[in-house]
Amino acid sequence: MIRDVNVSTPAVESLPSTEVLAERQRQNLLLFTVGRDLFRFSGAFRLGAVLLLCLLGMAALSLVAPYAADARRVVPNDRPPSLQFLLGTTALGQDVFWLTTFAIRNSLFVATVAVLISRTIAVLNGSFSGYVGGAVDRVLSSITDTFIVIPRLPLLILISFMVRGSLNLVALAILIGLLDWAFPSKRYRAQVLSLREEEFTQTATFAGMGTFKIILREHLPFLIPFLMADAVSGFLFAIGIEITLSILGLSDLSMPTIGTMIYWSNYYQVLLAKHLWWIGAPLVSSVLLVVSLYLLSTSLGTYLDPRTRLKSLAVRGAG
Amino acid sequence: MNFVRGYALPRLVQWAVVIFVGATVTFLIPRLLPTDPVEQTLNRVSATSVTDPRAVESFRNALKDLYGLQGTPLEQYLNFWSRLVRGDLGPSLGAFPTPVTQIIRDGLPWTIGLLGTTLVLSWFLGLVLGTLAAYYGNRRWSHVLSGVLVTLYPIPYFILALVLVMVFAYYIPLFPLVGGASGQASLSPAYIGSIIGHSFLPAVSLVLGGTAFRFIIARSLASGVISSDHVTYAELAGLPRRRIVFAYIMRNSLLPQVTDLALALGALFEGALITEFVFSYPGIGYRLYTAILQSDFNMIMGVTFFSIVGIATAALFIDLLYPLVDPRVRYR
Repeated sequence: MIRDVNVSTPAVESLPSTEVLAERQRQNLLLFTVGRDLFRFSGAFRLGAVLLLCLLGMAALSLVAPYAADARRVVPNDRPPSLQFLLGTTALGQDVFWLTTFAIRNSLFVATVAVLISRTIAVLNGSFSGYVGGAVDRVLSSITDTFIVIPRLPLLILISFMVRGSLNLVALAILIGLLDWAFPSKRYRAQVLSLREEEFTQTATFAGMGTFKIILREHLPFLIPFLMADAVSGFLFAIGIEITLSILGLSDLSMPTIGTMIYWSNYYQVLLAKHLWWIGAPLVSSVLLVVSLYLLSTSLGTYLDPRTRLKSLAVRGAG
Repeated sequence: MNFVRGYALPRLVQWAVVIFVGATVTFLIPRLLPTDPVEQTLNRVSATSVTDPRAVESFRNALKDLYGLQGTPLEQYLNFWSRLVRGDLGPSLGAFPTPVTQIIRDGLPWTIGLLGTTLVLSWFLGLVLGTLAAYYGNRRWSHVLSGVLVTLYPIPYFILALVLVMVFAYYIPLFPLVGGASGQASLSPAYIGSIIGHSFLPAVSLVLGGTAFRFIIARSLASGVISSDHVTYAELAGLPRRRIVFAYIMRNSLLPQVTDLALALGALFEGALITEFVFSYPGIGYRLYTAILQSDFNMIMGVTFFSIVGIATAALFIDLLYPLVDPRVRYR
């Protein structure tokens, strides 16, 4: 299979012609129109986009934060929200507002890296297994089926317990990514199975394209809509797992993430002390984050699904 | 015969593979990672008391024996398997010398009770509500229900459970904060009542999450069935609404939901573990949490292996019962 890549025909590799450039421009324009249409017609998309932009803005604010991410005892302890400290301060002498900006940024970072890893494995595994078929497919599929059944949380707890203390954000992200590819693989495989029967696949094969090239150049573009919706479920999983491991005290507790903020606020018993601002900030931002991502993904999914588009046309026609 | 060869046998093989991989992974993880559980335990012990080197050495050997770290890797691996086959997961280090299997057995009824009840409830609720919401898609209640459940679905279990505890056990103390039951274990109505009272909130958090997931799938499956010809025909024939919804739409969207059940089991089990930490509910998840707090390595490993076996076996059962629901498998 590796040989196929090396023998890639030079004709295809030549400089992009004007037609190719025009096609790319058209695609970019198409993406823009899709975004604009969704923003105009779908309330869920609008709400999700605005919420996510606000949260990304919060995360970006952490770059200009007056304190370092892991700084402690820099402000007075346990102050309720005020003009000086927008969301109050913690028992550790941290400003909750700036702490939250770091927490959102770090949680998003962990989730993004985890999704990149898991979806790369899933797309490659799924499409390779679906495209090649035969014995390769049987072996890859049974590996995937095995990993689907294995419950991931106890395994994650075992691993992070063993390396407690040395599990930084990157290691955590990689760990989550390596455990979340099995279920999506199955779906990509199913999609490629049907793409394989299309005429353009045969044209590409006869034109001498290698397996990897067909998967990446010809099939991947068709998987992208599904990939976008699926990536969101990867985000939700990663954010949830980060929170779970942190609250159990198994991640790097010195770095502010949504999970570690909840861990420390629990540790200082905010519920008894009625210092709700400390635990409220990570709770609210995590809920807003997952809900906004989910709204974006479902509205995109509905938009891309031809059945619902026909339905809405029919409704509009009747009305 | 054809059914056994074509359907049951591959699933049995898959089950055996899962158990094998699970056991091997739980064997390999502690040995591949840079940290050494023996040294960790030794450090913890020698930090609190002064011991002479010979005692430390004999303690180290005892610990190595306990963790099954004596001999070559192959010997260790074979030894590991021979212990697993005998159902021996080693002693718990937090509650020494109680065997890990004993602790898991004590926690199991609580977890199975909670998980089983919520699985059935959320599956049923999600299916019925999702089908109804799809059929009456233009009603106001359908929009509200969809809005609430779609908002609930992506929220991580931990957050959902934590908020429920904060509101209903802390600020409005309707439900007890911790534990599985109060009083002497018996079959008296008071004791059973206290079990229900204690498990109500954990169950609600699981049912909310599970129902939301099932609801979303049921709604989209049902809206696919609604647009098909036989439903239109049934409506034109003036059949009763209830018959159309339950016998014509729900019956036809049932199959994928049953297939999904085996796959959703793992996720629900993870949810149950999390719910038990949050509510200090005395099942396996809570015992896992105490094991983490006490750095009880044997217990964590035991729970990991046990949950892999448990989930794989449960999934196998669902798969083997599947032909009862889908006649096509039987006659293939």
